[in-house]
Amino acid sequence: MSVKKFIVGSFDDEAVLFPAVKKVRKTGYKIHDVYTPFPIHGLDSTMGLRDTSLHTAGFIYAITGTATALGFISWALTYDWPLNFGGKPFFSLPAWIPITFELTVLFSSVGMVLTFCYLCQLAPFVKKDHFNLRSTDDLFIMAFECTEKTNETEAVAFLQTLGAKNVKVDYRETQWWLGRYDKEIKVFDKKTEVAAV
Amino acid sequence: MSIREHFVIPQRYKLWSYALMAVGLVSIILLYVTHGSSNDEHERARFWASLLQNSVFFLLVVNASMFFICATILAWGGWPMSFRRVPEAIASVVPVIGIISAAILLAIVFGGDHVIYQWTDEKHLDEILQYKSGFLNKKFFTIWTLLTIFLWWILGKKIRDFSISTDKGHMEVEEGKKFIWKNTVWAALFMIVFALTVMSTIPWLWLMSIDAHWYSTMYSWYTFASTFVSGMALIALFVIYLKNKGYLEYTNEEHLHDLGKFMFAFSVFWTYLWFSQYMLIWYSNQPEETKYFEPRVEGVYRGIFFLNIIINFLAPLLLLMKRGAKRNYTTVTLLAVLIIFGHWLDFFQMVHPGPSGDHVPMMMYDMGIGLGFVGLIMFVTGRTLSRNPMVPINHPFFKESVIHHT
Repeated sequence: MSVKKFIVGSFDDEAVLFPAVKKVRKTGYKIHDVYTPFPIHGLDSTMGLRDTSLHTAGFIYAITGTATALGFISWALTYDWPLNFGGKPFFSLPAWIPITFELTVLFSSVGMVLTFCYLCQLAPFVKKDHFNLRSTDDLFIMAFECTEKTNETEAVAFLQTLGAKNVKVDYRETQWWLGRYDKEIKVFDKKTEVAAV
Repeated sequence: MSIREHFVIPQRYKLWSYALMAVGLVSIILLYVTHGSSNDEHERARFWASLLQNSVFFLLVVNASMFFICATILAWGGWPMSFRRVPEAIASVVPVIGIISAAILLAIVFGGDHVIYQWTDEKHLDEILQYKSGFLNKKFFTIWTLLTIFLWWILGKKIRDFSISTDKGHMEVEEGKKFIWKNTVWAALFMIVFALTVMSTIPWLWLMSIDAHWYSTMYSWYTFASTFVSGMALIALFVIYLKNKGYLEYTNEEHLHDLGKFMFAFSVFWTYLWFSQYMLIWYSNQPEETKYFEPRVEGVYRGIFFLNIIINFLAPLLLLMKRGAKRNYTTVTLLAVLIIFGHWLDFFQMVHPGPSGDHVPMMMYDMGIGLGFVGLIMFVTGRTLSRNPMVPINHPFFKESVIHHT
């Protein structure tokens, strides 16, 4: 558990958010993350995030699937239990291609979904703290971490000049923990900040 | 931003197109002297098969440009607007190669030889060909071929004229809506014609009837996939060339990325059809069906047949898979050339085993004729491009293309 101090700005317009993100980066603050209700084209490159390596993982899973299918079928049908299908040779590659294709797709899709969940830290009973619940509805939330060098009042004023509707200094848990959203209502208790905007 | 509106054909471009056309002509003459003027009808068939393969392949490839335009019109896709004049210019080659193809096809049908199209020998039809004679006869072939090429030309011209009419000036909202609707209706008409020709009857008549006793329901789709992916590669090549010359200022790697995606996706689609056609016939193992694959898989065309899968499937699959590769001008250029060559080779093995199944004819002449057609496409496309502004800046969807982001 590590609680950190953040400066959290809420924006209600992407047209304001984009230049704000650029200026915050230019000034030298390190953006923790930007939370938006919907995916925004180009925001990742504006934030300077690198391309995801999910595709590479997908390719590796796919190759694994191909190898598994071809390896298992050729072992089973030529060595372990050869069967005669209509006089075809035991090693008859064309007949195996559909299965190989299916297993390639299956491995890569399931593998990529699981990898995605791992990268985003999504799983049943994994709980994370929110900066502002309205980032799932109608607000764009940008947060950056306060270090001992950060001048808080200056940073808050800076975000306000960039067009943030509301800026506050807040403490947040950055790690995930196990729990249930419907049993632990602590997270939802922070209603004051929701109403403040 | 100021843009270079008009394409000025560079001297080298002109020279290259003339040189390639000369290579093509010389190849045709040489092939005529060595084979075409022979007394043996099998030797003559070798000459005509080569012309058939090249003209039909390049006709379908340039026509695929118009299919691409109409598909994006129907989907209300705005992203190709910044380079739309390129496929339009390529589509303007359709009447030119269309006339050449029609002449070659009719010469083969009415020439008196029956090696390429056995069904033209109306007095000696066997039982199977008699059953098919309602469809495979000279009269229907002639009418449908001429009508098809005419319709491709006239509908394509209509759609190109719409695009050029936007150069008159800025359009108001209502005017723009009307314009898009008119485009949609005519593109839909072209699509219907395209479905009834390229996607069904035309490959049956022009190519599948070379092996008249055999049929495959996959064949037309297979031909379509082959020519469409080459058509996309051709568009990409022209876009990259013009970009290198400093034209098409609004086109960037985002658009190239989408062209690359088309090349990648339809290479896989082609493979899917290639394999489905092969596997079903391999599985059921009926003599009348496997006959088609006998020279291709077991016979002398085996090398070409399997080279095909490497060039047209493995190379695009592995080399175009990465996002960076699709946005890289060099990789896309290389693969575009490879794909066009690969599908040309695919057509080679579709056409030639029919008239010469026991040997692979020397491919040099065919390549020469193919280069001649490339020169012709360069020549006509360049001329059309230089006539009109390069970028349709008044098209209602133009802005969508400028801010396009993948």
